[in-house]
Amino acid sequence: MKYFISLVVGILAGSVLLLAGLYLNPFVARQSLSPVAVSDDMLAVLDYSLAPSESLLFTNDGESLRKPYPLKVQELWEPAIQKTWVTVTELANARGEPAGVGIKFSSKSEKSRPLRGEALVDSVWHIYLPGRGTLLVQQVENYWSLLRDIVGPARLSSSDSWRGNWHGSITVGPEALGTARVVGGSGEFDSVSAEAMESVNATVYSALEGPVAMHGSLNIARTSESSAQ
Amino acid sequence: MFRTFVFGLFLGLFGTGALLHLVPVVDQHRVPSHVTVLTNGGNEETFSVRLPGDRIMVGRPGVATPVPAGLAWPDAPALSGFEAELFKVRDRDNTVIGVASRMKQGGGAGFVQWVIHLPARGTMFAALEPNPGAGQARAGTLRAGTGEFELRRGSVREAFVREDGSDDPDSEGRIDLQVALIGLQEESK
Repeated sequence: MKYFISLVVGILAGSVLLLAGLYLNPFVARQSLSPVAVSDDMLAVLDYSLAPSESLLFTNDGESLRKPYPLKVQELWEPAIQKTWVTVTELANARGEPAGVGIKFSSKSEKSRPLRGEALVDSVWHIYLPGRGTLLVQQVENYWSLLRDIVGPARLSSSDSWRGNWHGSITVGPEALGTARVVGGSGEFDSVSAEAMESVNATVYSALEGPVAMHGSLNIARTSESSAQ
Repeated sequence: MFRTFVFGLFLGLFGTGALLHLVPVVDQHRVPSHVTVLTNGGNEETFSVRLPGDRIMVGRPGVATPVPAGLAWPDAPALSGFEAELFKVRDRDNTVIGVASRMKQGGGAGFVQWVIHLPARGTMFAALEPNPGAGQARAGTLRAGTGEFELRRGSVREAFVREDGSDDPDSEGRIDLQVALIGLQEESK
């Protein structure tokens, strides 16, 4: 019997050790720099709030931490869209002035691999910038660092919240340099060749309500080949 | 006993590792696609939006009864003439398989665009003609796609279908999105 107990305790200890190692894995570092951020041919810098109540509309399956907004919005409860959430938000330029409207579709990715520090989300932005045109931004995002540095500590905290200053890029693809793909839709973006990077700046996160003071920033720049022409 | 513990420790380490490696942490729900094969090697599929039930949002300045209730759409002059809508998307069997946005701008630089996001399959970005043609239908093309639509190109047709004989007395009709796509490789043959 004592051997059986030793075995079970050993298995549990091994599992906890592995999960703790994955959670604290120092080799999975926060991305803070992207080729897009240092581009000298920026097409747009678009900021928005990640707090659902500061968006125009936010909807998900209705059972997640972030609650749909406005209250009476339809929830995405059907099985095929349960792992998807949609944000409609006003976008501001780098000076904080209204720049347009963006609709972001996000779905949990089947390519997520915790062993590699990947909590992936496939997302698509459909953006309208008045007087300029429309564009589509397709990206793969990795929320692992954000979950480890903000969500985890908030849940472990006795105040159920996290306060600090966190800044990092969440875009990891699909382009080769880990940037997002941009497809022009109309206006000045009609035949543009560009790439993008989305970053998050967080100062307050609640384990009960989700993002409180968190802002996203989408940087869109011409690709270096098209800039050179 | 210590050896048993160490054996268990390694078993726990490798077992949990193997489990995390082999078992997907995300498994999107899939429903069978209803695809018709075309003579050119491409395929055709029709998606639909039932109104008003599948309408999640109508973003338009000056709407008296916003959808959803409580939506505070910006009334900036720059957004006049612009309209954004959000829908649930169904397949031929009336099963919800995705969500879609439709953006429309009237006037000289007008456009109508759809982004159809099917989580288990990918996303389509379609640009349609701003003015409807015969039967109030709009024709357009697939500008870009992700997932299974990434290497495909083709046409997209939007048509509003009135359902007078519907069992639902509130029914306004439906929007059909007929998508005919062909793989880039097949197209170049």
